[in-house]
Amino acid sequence: MDLIVEITIFVLAAFVGFEVISKVPTTLHTPLMSQTNAIHGIVMLGGLIVAGFADDGVEYAIGFIAIAFGTINIVGGFMVTDRMLGMFARKPKKAPADPEAPKP
Amino acid sequence: MIPLAVFEPGGDAATALYILAFSLFIVGIRRGTHPTTAKQGNMIAAVGMAIAVATTLLLDGIGNWGLILGGLAVGTAVGVAASLRVQMTQMPQMVALYNGVGGGAVALIAWSEIRHGLGVEVPLEELVPILFSAVVGSISFWGSNVAFAKLQDLIPTRPLAVPGQQVINGLLLIGILAACVSIGINNDDISQPLFIGILIAAALLGNLVVLPIGGADMPVVISLLNAFTGLAAAAAGFALDNVALIVAGTIVGSSGTILTLEMATAMNRSVANILFAGFGGAPAGGPAGGGEERPHTSIGAQDAAIKLAYADSVVIVPGYGLAVAQAQHAVKEMADELERKGVTVNYAIHPVAGRMPGHMNVLLAEADVPYEKLREMEEINPEMPRTDVAVVIGANDVTNPAAKNDPDSPIAGMPIIEVHEAQQVIVIKRSLSPGFAGIDNDLFYEPNTSMLFADAKQAAADIASEVQGL
Repeated sequence: MDLIVEITIFVLAAFVGFEVISKVPTTLHTPLMSQTNAIHGIVMLGGLIVAGFADDGVEYAIGFIAIAFGTINIVGGFMVTDRMLGMFARKPKKAPADPEAPKP
Repeated sequence: MIPLAVFEPGGDAATALYILAFSLFIVGIRRGTHPTTAKQGNMIAAVGMAIAVATTLLLDGIGNWGLILGGLAVGTAVGVAASLRVQMTQMPQMVALYNGVGGGAVALIAWSEIRHGLGVEVPLEELVPILFSAVVGSISFWGSNVAFAKLQDLIPTRPLAVPGQQVINGLLLIGILAACVSIGINNDDISQPLFIGILIAAALLGNLVVLPIGGADMPVVISLLNAFTGLAAAAAGFALDNVALIVAGTIVGSSGTILTLEMATAMNRSVANILFAGFGGAPAGGPAGGGEERPHTSIGAQDAAIKLAYADSVVIVPGYGLAVAQAQHAVKEMADELERKGVTVNYAIHPVAGRMPGHMNVLLAEADVPYEKLREMEEINPEMPRTDVAVVIGANDVTNPAAKNDPDSPIAGMPIIEVHEAQQVIVIKRSLSPGFAGIDNDLFYEPNTSMLFADAKQAAADIASEVQGL
């Protein structure tokens, strides 16, 4: 890919990130930080590429640790976010205001 | 071993799947900003991640399957075990730790890239992002680990100042930049020892920057490091020509920056202030340590129960002490007993109650406290003078009137829950010791304040049973 194309993508993505996060209720700050934290675990792809083409002992070690670290970041990040958000799940007995709820 | 290779690296099919993956990330984050869709949003982002990982595994030329599957298995096992075992109260440090390993992965990938470039000329458009991701990844790894250790009480939470701190940090940064420039100039003959030196210097810098920051500011620091790790991932994407990394990393970088600024604003602190002047860095919090015992009123659970049961309106101000004591259920029961006596009970949530914005809401939601009873600071403060009793449970700095009244206080200007305006205040706390900011709380010594020295959970349970017997 051309450098200039990559820079274009970078700048546009930066604006998307700014826009997408506007007006977040305080309640969701921690879960949202945790979710974006899980998303940067995408670096694990870099670990896969590095390990997939590794050809000496040091690189095997580096690749292995990078994959393990990245996977912890991804799996742990999404699971912990899910647990946090699970706390906000509507309780069946006294459903608070949610017009979309199809329950009686 | 297994000829799974389906996609050409950088080919259209792989790129299309990467585009699908990062689109799902964007939708996931968008949904994550609204309470009713947040859980679904997290799922959507996770699906995007699964697609991105699967696509990469199917790239032509990927080998060493034992190594890859081993890494995936170890990472998954650790991630699952840690996520299932962590207490809700420990969430912030868990996020710090996950962020740290992400940063570590980036730094390691950069190292591996450098090793591939040994002996050949590496173009600057690849070398610059590699060096950037190495430095920022290493800072993020070590900084996050220090943040974790502080929140987990493995090292003291109060600011640890090293003499000449700023000078040392400045020199380290200059050294790192100089070494990067040197590698850039000699990009046809890269020195691996020099690169490792950069990684080590960045590691030192990460430690030294976070160590002097007090525990109260840690959420902002973690959020900032999160944004940094995102940018480092984006840089790794430049080096590897991987569009998924560029987009996902950049979005985390920019959205993380906004989140960081929102958190800092909620604490009325600037990010620069947090990073370069730790709370109580100067011994302004002197009285915290020794000094004479100031007069205060101490009461027991029975008296507290009487005060509360005969009040019309009670506001509970929960803080991190409540979280540590796992007292959210006991407090909910106490509130239920009071409501049975006809008392109106509300909860005043400071924007950074607990250790992160929204942390306390999660804990109270876990104890089935209804949403509408959780009132935000701006909303509840005007009602304080009409409140009969404010019960401060394990909160400290966020109720310190010095933030409003004493311009010389280290926390001057920080927004507080104005419990001192209430008719009476009951503070449930183990001792008079200062909070995270390391400064004394004048609230404890006000004439209308009563101290109930006890564990938050025990005290709430005692008060509940006393109220029941009235």
